[in-house]
Amino acid sequence: MKNVITVKEVTKVYNPDTIPVHALRGVDLEIGQGEFTALVGPSGSGKTTLLNIIGGLDNATEGSVIINDQDIEKLSDSQIIEFRKQHIGFVFQAYNLIPVLTAKENVEFVMLLQGASQAARDARVKELMNAVGLSEHLDRRPSQLSGGQQQRVAVARALASKPRFVLADEPTANLDSKSTADLLDIMSQLNQEENITFLFSTHDQRVIDRARRVVMLEDGAVISDDTKM
Amino acid sequence: MIIKIAWRNIWRNKRRTAITAASIFFAVLFSVASESLNRGVFDSMIDSTVSFYIGYIQIVKKGYWEDRTLEESIEFRTELKNDLMNVKGVDDIVPRLESFALVSYGSLTKSTMVVGIDPQKETQLTGLSKRIKKGVFLEKNDRAVMMTEGLAEKLNVEVNDTIVLISQGYHGVNAAAKFLIKGLVHFGSPELNTKFIFMPLTTAQQFYGADNRITSVVLDVQGKDQAQVVFSDLQKSLDPKQFEIKDWKAMMPEIISMKEMKESSNKIVMFILYLIVAFGIFGTILMMTKERQYEFGVLISIGMKRGILAFTIWLETMFLGFLGALIGIAISYSLMYYLSVNPIEVTGDMAATYAKFGLEPLLPASVDIDIFATQTFIVFILTSFLALYPCLSILRMKPVQAMRA
Ligand SMILES: Nc1ncnc2c1ncn2[C@@H]1O[C@H](COP(=O)(O)OP(=O)(O)OP(=O)(O)O)[C@@H](O)[C@H]1O
Ligand SMILES: [Mg+2]
Repeated sequence: MKNVITVKEVTKVYNPDTIPVHALRGVDLEIGQGEFTALVGPSGSGKTTLLNIIGGLDNATEGSVIINDQDIEKLSDSQIIEFRKQHIGFVFQAYNLIPVLTAKENVEFVMLLQGASQAARDARVKELMNAVGLSEHLDRRPSQLSGGQQQRVAVARALASKPRFVLADEPTANLDSKSTADLLDIMSQLNQEENITFLFSTHDQRVIDRARRVVMLEDGAVISDDTKM
Repeated sequence: MIIKIAWRNIWRNKRRTAITAASIFFAVLFSVASESLNRGVFDSMIDSTVSFYIGYIQIVKKGYWEDRTLEESIEFRTELKNDLMNVKGVDDIVPRLESFALVSYGSLTKSTMVVGIDPQKETQLTGLSKRIKKGVFLEKNDRAVMMTEGLAEKLNVEVNDTIVLISQGYHGVNAAAKFLIKGLVHFGSPELNTKFIFMPLTTAQQFYGADNRITSVVLDVQGKDQAQVVFSDLQKSLDPKQFEIKDWKAMMPEIISMKEMKESSNKIVMFILYLIVAFGIFGTILMMTKERQYEFGVLISIGMKRGILAFTIWLETMFLGFLGALIGIAISYSLMYYLSVNPIEVTGDMAATYAKFGLEPLLPASVDIDIFATQTFIVFILTSFLALYPCLSILRMKPVQAMRA
């Protein structure tokens, strides 16, 4: 299976000049096309740091991150923004959506940044909002949606630009168990039916149970990596 | 979409937007009001002085302006007439012979300014015939006078009474004669209203023994701009050793310098006002930038270019500024328009000052477009300058850090 993400000996030291924090201590990780992987570990173990580095939001202190044969550590700031837009979808813990745009406009927005045509945008928005079960709520603002619905719109938006994979940092942290289950249903459905790769961090055992691969971090290092059969 | 986002963003925090827009609104309103009233008052002062009497341009003999004696009068020759009439933009030339005299009726004697005029031309220039309150207007060859109402009151005379004028004429000849009062004219300014006696030019020339002489020629031109052109043309063609050309600015230096003084003090007040407003807006922008760090982080993370995001925020700030400015302009324009049509009436000391300048005691407003444009421009510069702050902070921002906070 072809790797989408290859993380090689990545270390991350915050504040190297003052009080250094070793957030990652030589992480190696390979994620294949179509995987559905949970990143787990205690608070402060480096999950967010790792996801940020994979997503090109932050730079590794050492090591390399290769996505689609491209070492993203070598890209310039504007190149990385372009790269993210093309290849990576993000879902954050909260406040993912632009509050002043409707659900539809939020999803459309990324495609607009890519310069997609109106027709292409409309078709894709319809498709995605259907997939996340929100085709009824196209014209609602984020404030008129529940937390779970907002996260589903965020997933739809993450997928709008047809990225290779979606990174999600604790996407269910603010959700109740029903919404959590719904979101996981949608994510795993998209994973199975459209072969979209998901890498998400979580503390939630129910989410961990749904993952097909669980990578555990502790103190900035991978301590276990289990793939369920 | 960018515009949509920026526009909707300003309504996210309605109260803050309202406060910011209101502060801009008041600054604009106040500045416009002070500018507009100031300009309106002075312009009407200037315009009425020009149209009541002095005109935009006068030609006098060199030295006349200072001494004001008949010895500094000019012979009104055909060449001079032609020279003046040939200047482009001069519609007509209106000759006058002005001098002081004593006027007596019964046991009362007052001093007065006798003005010899061409009744028809004078009416075209200043609308003198419309000022008739009693009696009739002068004819070209009348041996009679018209008197201002206030003076008539002081002398206790009526139309058809006969007054005696005594003065010194050209080259010191004695001038004394009786004249019939044909009409009474009214001026708004109490000073002007007690000052003049008008008589036909030839009658005045006879009275003063100043055959074919005049003290000044007023040029009838269309408005200030035309006056400017005519003025510079004349400066080239007229002999400067003989004549002096006075434009409206030179004829009322006090008003012009008062206007300039008032304008610069207004500017200082305006500057301070906008400085305060600027600090207020900056505070708002600062808070907004801080609060929305996370959001900016997300937007950059999902692939929005910093430049575009910065532009969105810049637009947002501009919208905010223009919202305030537009409301300010709309309201102040209506207000100023109302005041230009229905001027405030001033009373007391102010009214006395107005009278001094020969004005009716009204406070009109100016609705010159440039007053409003200037304010819009100031707000534009101010807000775009202030909007640099969030833009710079977006350009420098690290999304990860922004989202951690
Ligand atoms: N910008 C930063 N500056 C300094 N230290 C940081 C920074 N970001 C993270 N850290 C530190 O790096 C370590 C790893 O943090 P990270 O956020 O990756 O952990 P996490 O596994 O996501 O934790 P949580 O489960 O609480 O979200 C922690 O000790 C944290 O305090
Ligand atoms: Mg975290």
